[in-house]
Amino acid sequence: MSGTAIRPKFERPSLSEIARERAPLALVPVLALAGFVSIGSFPTWVTLTVAGLAMGMMIFIMASGLTLVFGLMDVINFGHGAFVTVGAFVGFTVLGLLAGWTSDPSVLINLAAVFLAILAAMGITGLLGYAFERVIVMPVYGSHLKQILVTMGGLIVAQQLIHVIWGPDAIHISRPETLQGSYIVGTALVEKYRLLAVVIGLVLFAAMTYILNRTKIGLLVRAGVENGEMVEALGYRIGRLFLGVFMAGSALAGLGGVMWGLYQQTITAHMGSEIMVLVFIVVIIGGLGSVGGCFIGAMLVGLLSNYAAFLFPKLALVSTIALMMIVLMWRPQGLYPVVKAK
Amino acid sequence: MITRLLSGDRPGSPILAIVLLAIFLCLAFAPFLFPGTRSLETAARICIFIVLVASYDLLLGYTGIVSFAHTMFFGIGAYGVAIAISAWGPSFTSILVGGAAGVALTMVLALLIGLFSLRVRAIFFAMVTLAVASAFAVLVSQMSWLTGGEDGLNYAIPGVFKPATKLMDGRLFGVRLDGKLLLYYFVFVSSLVLFLVMLRMVNSPFGRVLQAVRENAFRAEAIGYRVVVYRTAATVLSASMAALAGVLIAVWLRYTGPATTLSFEIMIDILLMVVIGGMGTMYGAVIGATLFILAQTYLQNLMGAASDATSAIPLLPDLLDPGRWLLWLGVLFILSVYFFPTGIVGRLRGRAA
Amino acid sequence: MPEPLLTLDGVHTHIDQYHILQGVTLEVPAGGVSVLLGRNGAGKTTTLRTIMGLWHASSGTIRFDGRDITALATPDIARLGIAYVPENMGIFSDLTVRENLVLAATSGPPASDRLDWLFGLFPPLKTFWDSAAGTLSGGQKQMLSIARAIIEPRRLVLVDEPTKGLAPAIIVSVRKALQELKETDTTILLVEQNFQLASRVGDTVSVMDDGRIVHSGAMAELAGDRDMQERLMGLSLEAHQ
Repeated sequence: MSGTAIRPKFERPSLSEIARERAPLALVPVLALAGFVSIGSFPTWVTLTVAGLAMGMMIFIMASGLTLVFGLMDVINFGHGAFVTVGAFVGFTVLGLLAGWTSDPSVLINLAAVFLAILAAMGITGLLGYAFERVIVMPVYGSHLKQILVTMGGLIVAQQLIHVIWGPDAIHISRPETLQGSYIVGTALVEKYRLLAVVIGLVLFAAMTYILNRTKIGLLVRAGVENGEMVEALGYRIGRLFLGVFMAGSALAGLGGVMWGLYQQTITAHMGSEIMVLVFIVVIIGGLGSVGGCFIGAMLVGLLSNYAAFLFPKLALVSTIALMMIVLMWRPQGLYPVVKAK
Repeated sequence: MITRLLSGDRPGSPILAIVLLAIFLCLAFAPFLFPGTRSLETAARICIFIVLVASYDLLLGYTGIVSFAHTMFFGIGAYGVAIAISAWGPSFTSILVGGAAGVALTMVLALLIGLFSLRVRAIFFAMVTLAVASAFAVLVSQMSWLTGGEDGLNYAIPGVFKPATKLMDGRLFGVRLDGKLLLYYFVFVSSLVLFLVMLRMVNSPFGRVLQAVRENAFRAEAIGYRVVVYRTAATVLSASMAALAGVLIAVWLRYTGPATTLSFEIMIDILLMVVIGGMGTMYGAVIGATLFILAQTYLQNLMGAASDATSAIPLLPDLLDPGRWLLWLGVLFILSVYFFPTGIVGRLRGRAA
Repeated sequence: MPEPLLTLDGVHTHIDQYHILQGVTLEVPAGGVSVLLGRNGAGKTTTLRTIMGLWHASSGTIRFDGRDITALATPDIARLGIAYVPENMGIFSDLTVRENLVLAATSGPPASDRLDWLFGLFPPLKTFWDSAAGTLSGGQKQMLSIARAIIEPRRLVLVDEPTKGLAPAIIVSVRKALQELKETDTTILLVEQNFQLASRVGDTVSVMDDGRIVHSGAMAELAGDRDMQERLMGLSLEAHQ
């Protein structure tokens, strides 16, 4: 080829760079193994691991929207938890309306009820996301301080409105008939609902990976994370992209809210701000803006929380904080820091 | 003389000066001007929250860092005293040792959090403090053998502060000269001293560097200031002041529990007070805390009346329910961040954002 | 004389408190290469960014093809057929070469003959078609950045110092690309410090200093007049030869 003369060296990533890139992937199996060693009982370990993965998937669903919004727009939404709560309450209301479906002995009809509840929750939280972005976030692009304050204000208002609409008391939300109870796998007990949560989480992760890597919208989002100005200079309106991602992120929070509500079987107006603690830990561990890092972080936090809750019941949340500190010592920007061009 | 006490930081507006003077006089003579237990409770709360809010402003307003762990430090100070008194009995030694231990723990924790999360980017700090503070609150409620769990700790305070202690016979302007009165002045004077110390700090060369860092971290770094060092120092100072405010509230209430010190609701209250009063000025804390606590104590009655009055209209009574007053404060908060980022004090001083 | 493709008339641009452009008046005739010269900090990059709408002019007007584009948003300006090759190249390093080009082709998948033409200009793009753009060398990134700007026919391409820090062999291929592009009826506004290259490809030239245009004319005239070069940009020429 005539180009050889002008071809400078192609910088292949060195082995150590590849190792650096891949190392975080090993953390999840390492943690699972460490859990096995310290728990010592195989059936208990299986039960806890499934529980941990289910919890991790749900946190991932809620955290992915937050981290993507940060990566793309440099906006950190402290009000993200409000969408989780609203999603849970909308899901509760829909499941209540579909009481006939949820008490039906058929798995399909049960799943259809859950699906409809999720759809409604995502629709409403997506629309709320639209309003939130336009009214609350848009005027404060570029100022982290104001973003934190204003989105926190949004969270307060949203929580109070939930009080007004659904009342101040914690509400019990029961799982549909066929999603209650457990399977017995060998000698291990595996809750049915947790399996469903793992499946939904995996499907979602696959879908997100596909969209981000194989569609033009996904490419635009990734390009925008790195250099939004250049995306505009190519002729794309980044404002619309922002809005779309924000709405998607809010809808995912709503989905996570329904699933978390069904998992805990109790919902309260401040459940969103409680779960946000885990979400923030996950997002920090993963690296602000990184979806892949967020996934790994969520799995780590889910597993560790469940192992710790079994081994040292009072230290579950503290153990995740310790994990976050250790990760930050290793990589101050999180597992997969997002590189900004500017 | 007054100018020196205020470290040269004059109110800068006649109205502001009058309001501040009025607040000062009302607090200084509260037991005589507003007799009654409830008023005295309110006055003491205002004193303590002025310190707490001012110490938060040290971080938020002067350094541009958002922390959600301020109530954690407040709580550590309070629990230090509470645990010490529970263990060794109601003496000034207990208060001193417990308070000192609380402040020391606070400094170590603040230093650690600062070193971990401030060297990367300030936004980490907000998230990390939120996570750490929640974990701490959970831990405290679980370690009930030490902290009394959700119920908190009730304890006695040194005898001279007890309402039953008569300091002198007779009354002054119709007020009994008892231990409660002495306790109030202990709280008032301590708060005043702490406030003046903070005023001194922000008007010192150190305070000016903090503001330079807030305005432009890169430039401050370029001039040769180690930004991380200053930010971490501000974090530690602010946290220590919060712990001292915690000591005051522990002594005043004779009770320490999650709801009075650690809860996220109080964190939100502090945020609201700082922003509404005015970020980046110590006087904002005075105005913010005073207004907020007065509103919290007295405005809710008004809302109750309004809610009852509108009971025929759908939804409106729910929105006006006294329990929903945070809703309206939240709206006010968002609006003030947009339109009056300098708060009431900024407006009064007539400075543009 | 035909209407110029792009006109700047008394354009002022402020960035924060700094007054960068102080009344830039500039005409870019249709077809050919117009070169913008000037020392560092004279306002060349700011001029390109202001045209592109990445910074907004605080006063003055910018007209493109007779239309006032001063207040248009960047995407709308791009959609009029103006492409931008920024100084830092602005490639998306997380995306592959192919994905970078796919995003740049806004009106559909890139045409295959256009791609072949680009591969002819910049062979490494074909070699590293599916590699992450971040792993390319500096010269290859520059090729990708230019290719991205011209993946579809454009009317005006703004190129900011394409040869900065590149090896001589790559400078040659960049020059060839600019010359070929000229043949395709594309107008180029080129910011360049390398006077040798600028004088070979340029048709007209403007020299900036302190946020103003201090000289405009034919490139041949400036290239042939050493005194004028010395007077207009003595410092910058010495620094770059």
